[in-house]
Amino acid sequence: MKGVLSLDVLTGILNSMIALATPFLYAAIGETFAQTAGVVNLGVDGIMLLAGFGAFFVTLTTGNLWLGLLAAVAIGLAMGLVMSVVSVTLKAEQGVSGIGLYMFGLGMSSLLFKVLVGTVKTIRGFQPLSIPYLSSIPFIGPILFHNSVLVYGAFLLVPIAWVVLEKTGLGLKIKAVGQNPAAADSLGISVVRIRYLAVCLGAALAGVAGASLSISLLNLFQDNLTSGQGFIAVALVYFGGWSPLGVLAGSLLFSVVNSIQLWMQVLGVNLPASVAVMLPYILTILALMLSSNRARQPAALNKPFDRSEN
Amino acid sequence: MDPSRGAAAQKESAGPAFDWAKLVLNGALPLAGVVAALAVAGIFLALLKTDPLTAYAALVRGSLGSTFGLTQTLVKATPLLLVGLGICIAFRANVINIGGEGQIIMGALAGTVVPLALPGLPGWLLIPAAMVAGFAAGAFWGFIPGILKARMRVNEILSTIMMNAIALQFMNFLLQGPLMDPENVKRGTFLAQSARLPQQAWLPRLVPQTLLHAGIIVAILLAIVVYIFLWRTTIGYEIRAVGLSPEASSYAGISVRFNVALSLTLAGGFAGLAGVIEVIGVQHRLMDGLTSGYGFTGIVAALLGGLHPLGLIPASVFFGGLLVGADKMQRAVQIPSALVTAILGMIVLFVSGAGIWARTWAAKRLAGGRKGAEAGR
Repeated sequence: MKGVLSLDVLTGILNSMIALATPFLYAAIGETFAQTAGVVNLGVDGIMLLAGFGAFFVTLTTGNLWLGLLAAVAIGLAMGLVMSVVSVTLKAEQGVSGIGLYMFGLGMSSLLFKVLVGTVKTIRGFQPLSIPYLSSIPFIGPILFHNSVLVYGAFLLVPIAWVVLEKTGLGLKIKAVGQNPAAADSLGISVVRIRYLAVCLGAALAGVAGASLSISLLNLFQDNLTSGQGFIAVALVYFGGWSPLGVLAGSLLFSVVNSIQLWMQVLGVNLPASVAVMLPYILTILALMLSSNRARQPAALNKPFDRSEN
Repeated sequence: MDPSRGAAAQKESAGPAFDWAKLVLNGALPLAGVVAALAVAGIFLALLKTDPLTAYAALVRGSLGSTFGLTQTLVKATPLLLVGLGICIAFRANVINIGGEGQIIMGALAGTVVPLALPGLPGWLLIPAAMVAGFAAGAFWGFIPGILKARMRVNEILSTIMMNAIALQFMNFLLQGPLMDPENVKRGTFLAQSARLPQQAWLPRLVPQTLLHAGIIVAILLAIVVYIFLWRTTIGYEIRAVGLSPEASSYAGISVRFNVALSLTLAGGFAGLAGVIEVIGVQHRLMDGLTSGYGFTGIVAALLGGLHPLGLIPASVFFGGLLVGADKMQRAVQIPSALVTAILGMIVLFVSGAGIWARTWAAKRLAGGRKGAEAGR
């Protein structure tokens, strides 16, 4: 246990925290849009897997990381469209259709990986970029200002999402169809169109979350690469009270626990690996308990809108 | 409270009246979903420069083409049927149990520990003891998300998924430590598996030279029990009433919280039983990868079986065959069996998407006969 809390270790833990928060931020902010509009997309993990594979495969074959990222966004959009058709137009039970989307992404990414790639290969992913001057600040400089472009993007997304949701007409419409779709409909807002938009935007961001794992953080693909991070991201939306800032707080909390868990293994702290790996999942359940009975929950969450019923 | 929904709950629960239109709908819709999923998967296979017909032929040959394939289909149908029964009960209370995987693991753990701890007991005592222990362990793993949902409105889909991950790590911990086969440790192989169970704890085999064991009989009997439970007992009625309309149920004095927690506990118990039976019927020891995704495939089987215990029997056999065929396909024509997971996902998307739409359509058609122009729109 000696030397566990040295400055180097602390820097290491915070560095991993920032990196590990990235996929959570993309996926959970994206899910915040969908849920604010009233749709729970439980397929986030499946989108992350298939988009993560797409980004990896395109990068592997073309050598172009930006094309890889584009592929991830395209796959996310396509899967978001499927989720929208099934859950918004056909009014399926959202919990069930989301699990279907997850299983599709899980199976398809594994199938494509085995057929098209075969063995675990690594690629050269997005490299850290130092921001001039800021990155030379002692201690916090290297932690905050020496990261890959997808990490910066994830943290920039938080204020952007906040502005979109709180300060724009689009944000108001998204909230309206999530709170009271019948009233929104009577004001001439197309509930279906806004929900499609929010779900697809969220799914595209889930795609970026997958890409952030496969072409920025880990730089590889393997079966079930996410190991349930997409589901934790959905839980973070509840925990964050449907607000981008709450999601940021939750993502940082989760990634710091994850990073401490990883560092404990690196440092050989006497705790079985399987027990350490359990921690984030236990924490998720605790987070869900703490965030239960939130008054902020969109009133029409999980409820398909049927014009003829109103 | 919406009074018309309460009335519907009353009417629905009066008993399973035989309804041809409903039967056709319940049968045709899943079939259409399966065909559509296979067709879309076929397009993906063609894009991957694989002949879908070769793949599907290998799949059918693997599951139906031999006695061994046929018996394996039933072997795999057994855990699916048991997990699916639990999913049906939960779904009837409007609770979605994604925790099958974790509950299977907890059941399997209990079903391993009991025979290993009591090797002196005779089989007629040991087998039921293991089953009861497994049911209890799975039920406990379902009770936790159940009580969290009932008391604190914690989303059960997310909590059961987390419980899966926790159970998996718990099993890994035990298999790499206290439960690891001592023979293994002596030989220094350190495989993550338990010691072999005493022979009297093994379920009897039904067909010589196959793996088909008595578990399938237990599962089918329990399907009938669950059917009676849901439609012929007060508590089953209450579970279904809560699922149809929680507001109307609590107005009628039925405890929503109790029934929500109970349905998830029972769901966990049946999945736990699937875990024990897998251990004492097939593997005869606890091994890594025991669940084989049964917790998820069981959901698909339950949906395709119309969330009905008796409809679940053919659905489980179908998906058992699909899993067996996929393994054979992987070996015969080198198409990864992950294809089946993708197909299962598409079936869920198609069936859940088409379900509401078809029901609305059927309702309009039926109403159209009586009310004429108004409903014909």
